[in-house]
Amino acid sequence: MLFGDAHAGSVFVAAFLASLVEFVEALTIVLAVGTVRGWRPALLGAALGAALLIALVLLLGPSLSLIPIAWLQLSVGILLLLFGIRWLRKAILRAAGIVALHDEAQAYEKESAALRRAGSSRLDGIDMIATSASFKAVVLEGLEVVFIVIAVGATGQMLVPASIGAGTALAVVLSLGLIVHRPLTKVPENALKLVVGVMVSAFGLFWIGEGLGDPWPGADWAIPGLGLAFLASALLAIVSLRARLAKLAVRP
Amino acid sequence: MTRLISILREVFGLFVDDGSLAIAILAWIGIVAFALPAFGLPATWRAVALFAGCALILVENVGRSARQSGRQ
Repeated sequence: MLFGDAHAGSVFVAAFLASLVEFVEALTIVLAVGTVRGWRPALLGAALGAALLIALVLLLGPSLSLIPIAWLQLSVGILLLLFGIRWLRKAILRAAGIVALHDEAQAYEKESAALRRAGSSRLDGIDMIATSASFKAVVLEGLEVVFIVIAVGATGQMLVPASIGAGTALAVVLSLGLIVHRPLTKVPENALKLVVGVMVSAFGLFWIGEGLGDPWPGADWAIPGLGLAFLASALLAIVSLRARLAKLAVRP
Repeated sequence: MTRLISILREVFGLFVDDGSLAIAILAWIGIVAFALPAFGLPATWRAVALFAGCALILVENVGRSARQSGRQ
């Protein structure tokens, strides 16, 4: 069974949730480009960006198998851990109220205003400014998706569930975008970021341990276990930071 | 050249947001990989120590970031 074990299931969920966050952000920009400058350059830029990302997955994914497994586990594990901890840190600071939450509606307005101010640059009738804005948004947000798909997928021969996870997220975001036709502001982005940070950090730590030759208790089941332990640490940090902020607020 | 630097900066930014957090994590991985085996700690305990150290580093980092933002 494709998702019959803890590892494949965790890979699918991590790739799906991480991709959901990134595709929602990319959709906001593509929608702004389409609404302000027209749908042709918006969709052309998005399609070119998606083609570049798919090429990256096809090129980098299989080539990772050429690296000796212990080095691959260690290097990908370190990158995953740094990536996941970065998301976790940001999500904790946002949840505690120390850093402002990401606002899709605000991002949409900002991008729309910038696109209205931008001049015109046409090549063969194509609005190059709009096409490049859409292309850049898809590539920048998609790079994180590519990294997660390759990193969580390639180390454990799990590229298929990781790609299905990312593809499902793309289908969900595109469908919702087509239906509501405006930024997906109701998506609980910070909660998703927290969960993805927890899962990606768990994968990273798991692969570092495997790469160092330190077996985890419970083998593959250590991944959800590590995820729960990271989640508990993050929730404790959020509660403690909120309490500290509340104490500072009542101090005269 | 400027475009290449900008791309590299974006890629670097995927992994490093707060430099001190990244350095502390890398240092702890180094300690677990090279120093802990010298103490004869069983491999399973090294794996547990790897998690505990990373979790502590994260909690300390967000606490420090909160204090710094409170001072601003």
